Amino acid sequence: MAEPAAILAMTGITKEFPGVKALSDVDFRLFPGEVHALMGENGAGKSTLIKALTGVYDIDGGEILLEGEAVRFTGPLQAQQAGVSTVYQEINLCPNLSVAENIFIGREPRRLGAIQWKKIHRRATELLRRLRLDIDASALLGTYSIAVQQMVAIARAIDISAKVLIFDEPTSSLDAKECEQLFRVMRQLKDEGIAILFVTHFLDQVYEVTDRVTVLRNGRLVGERLTAELAQIDLVAMMIGKELEVLEQLDEQPKSSPAALQDASPVVAASELGRDGAVAPFNLAIHRGEVVGLAGLLGSGRTEVARLLFGADRADHGQIRVDGTTVAVRNPRTAMAHGIAFCSENRRTEGLVEDLTVRENIILALQAERGWSRPIPRRRQEELVDKYIKALRITPANPDMVVRNLSGGNQQKVLLARWLITEPRLLILDEPTRGIDVGAKAEIQRLVVSLADGGMAVLFISAELEEVLRLSHKIAVLRDRHLVTEMPNDGVDVEHVMRIIASGAAV
Amino acid sequence: MTSLTGRWPGLRRPQRKYIPVLATLSLLAVMYGVGAVRYEAFSDGQVILNVFVDNAFLLVVAAGMTFVILTGGIDLSVGSVVALTTMLSASLLQEQGWPPYAVLPFVLFVGALLGFAMGCIIHYFEIQPFIVTLAGMFLARGLCYTISTSSIPITDPFWTSMAQSKVRFGEYFVSPSVIVALVVVIVGAYVLSHTRLGRNTYAIGGNPASALLMGLPVARTQITVYAISGFCSALGGVLLSFYMLSGYGLHAVGMELDAIAAVVIGGTLLTGGSGYLVGTVLGVLVLGVIQTIITFDGTLSSWWTKIVIGALLFVFILLQRVIGARKAR
Repeated sequence: MAEPAAILAMTGITKEFPGVKALSDVDFRLFPGEVHALMGENGAGKSTLIKALTGVYDIDGGEILLEGEAVRFTGPLQAQQAGVSTVYQEINLCPNLSVAENIFIGREPRRLGAIQWKKIHRRATELLRRLRLDIDASALLGTYSIAVQQMVAIARAIDISAKVLIFDEPTSSLDAKECEQLFRVMRQLKDEGIAILFVTHFLDQVYEVTDRVTVLRNGRLVGERLTAELAQIDLVAMMIGKELEVLEQLDEQPKSSPAALQDASPVVAASELGRDGAVAPFNLAIHRGEVVGLAGLLGSGRTEVARLLFGADRADHGQIRVDGTTVAVRNPRTAMAHGIAFCSENRRTEGLVEDLTVRENIILALQAERGWSRPIPRRRQEELVDKYIKALRITPANPDMVVRNLSGGNQQKVLLARWLITEPRLLILDEPTRGIDVGAKAEIQRLVVSLADGGMAVLFISAELEEVLRLSHKIAVLRDRHLVTEMPNDGVDVEHVMRIIASGAAV
Repeated sequence: MTSLTGRWPGLRRPQRKYIPVLATLSLLAVMYGVGAVRYEAFSDGQVILNVFVDNAFLLVVAAGMTFVILTGGIDLSVGSVVALTTMLSASLLQEQGWPPYAVLPFVLFVGALLGFAMGCIIHYFEIQPFIVTLAGMFLARGLCYTISTSSIPITDPFWTSMAQSKVRFGEYFVSPSVIVALVVVIVGAYVLSHTRLGRNTYAIGGNPASALLMGLPVARTQITVYAISGFCSALGGVLLSFYMLSGYGLHAVGMELDAIAAVVIGGTLLTGGSGYLVGTVLGVLVLGVIQTIITFDGTLSSWWTKIVIGALLFVFILLQRVIGARKAR
């Protein structure tokens, strides 16, 4: 098949951040009149690649050709002027201005310095009609939904002259109908010859609207395929993959056997728990000494489940039972009072206070539980902290070290210690091994097993299926914000789980 | 009125964005009605014209303040810049013997320069406008006293003629200062509604990060609005010196707060991005009518002015909140 010339060709793109290689030798090409999905799990390098393209980041190696000419943009603005526009999930427009003005601001037609409002409105109305959008150009942008605002952003981009349109997870906050409208516009633009790069986590959407898929994993290119020739299961496999190096270094984790405990009533049970727009109502029971693994792609509702159980988000439906008694988990405080602990995936923003010391960070949750009027005596603090520094092998074993200066793995351990010190009955771990080195990963996995052996109930969330399978007694699979199935982990293999994720049905 | 409200063709029904201005207008009408019912001479047209005469300088200062608040900023230095301008004018005219045509551009330039400098500090060093203009407020007030610690009377013939002459419309009249103030308002409203500078001002107030990403000249606009505010303060200072015929370091103490109050009562959001100069005119009129009612009553202490303004501010800030909440659904 003779291929037309690529409008955009990125070759050998490399980008390093201190200590991390965010992109190594990635190739990406985009043809006029195609919708091209860019996929990958968290940290795969999707946004880094887009930021490298639009000039937000300087690249450390590689070449970007736009219509055959080498380019290096200094920022999104210059990229836009050259015809590469980005439509973000968050709207970068002004809600206090009219739709028409948002399309034309900064480039208003003028006569003798005076803005020609009539002309702006006429042209905006024409443009919106061309995109077959029923939007009143004179209304304030802020009165419209996010979906419509995105359409306006698209209208602005193509009026400025877009040859390449980048959609950076535009569908994350849209409902099904709004997505449909967005796809209609995408198809229309595609037919007009515009090249579209579409970042999404939703498999359905990839198959609905894209022609080609490029998958990244850990900053590397996994492959580029035609969507029509790529089975869903293969796409999932490309995204999740196997991290061989990790597997080699991890010894076989002996799973504890909580079978005897299964008969007892669960420590925490959610029934028909759900939150509109976050995750559909689900049932989930976690017993003493049991590790329940949550599997699913990014955006499938993994974290949302955890946040509901911890009261970080308010549930719209259903209830939570602790030891068989229905309790109202209104906020993290009440969850903590019922013995639920939650280690967030964003350890920097939602977990640790980076400028405090290891000791202060570890003591934080326990102190919060006791109430600030009853300070924990210094000696008691030191005993506790010493105990956990030893137990978790936090290095350096210095309680007065500022947390910012620890490695990722040790930061994660500090966060774990903070919750372990409160002796929780259910420990929720959201991606506890993300972004840490292999050794620390193995240690944390071992710790999860020993905690469960000690009788703690653990909800373990990870993007890495192997890890989930290795540690969990029970596996719950999520897809597109639904809990698809829950099954005991007896001889389930990665491919089986991938199949469920890909098909959205228990097999 | 079209240019004042920033309306453009294509708008037929009154939109929600005009609600704050309409609320201020109704408030003004009610207050005027109350005054007219209670006090016999109140309904004389000259009463409302006198409100303009007595507040022309405030109107000019508040117009500049409107630009700043539309970007989401604040300018606390305006009262001090007004005082400094009266002081500079008086000193240059009376003690240095400068002619009026040299004094006028010079003091206006000084005001604009002060605003420009504060705008640069705010933008390039990313410091809160509150603190930068607070520093500017102390600086300008302090500079007044380096010129003189006492009041300097102005006897310059141009100044006295401006103070005494009247622009007549039949049996009614206003001072020349009122004409100057109205010109400032009309030019300001035109700039806001029909120039890129004005639209960028709104855009920055709406979402500064977006404004930057859309390629708008954020730096230039932000600095310009403070320069405009400084210029308007200086012009307000000139008008005040016409009115007072003196320069004094204690002139216009607390005027920045009156200006902010007028802008807010006029329906401009303190968070920026929404509001009209015509609202500010109405806001100044509201403040003026309150004073007039209290003067007419004769039995009320002048502190009632402050009490009423305080209450109104609360009401209007709550109104903004309610409208804002409805907008956000």
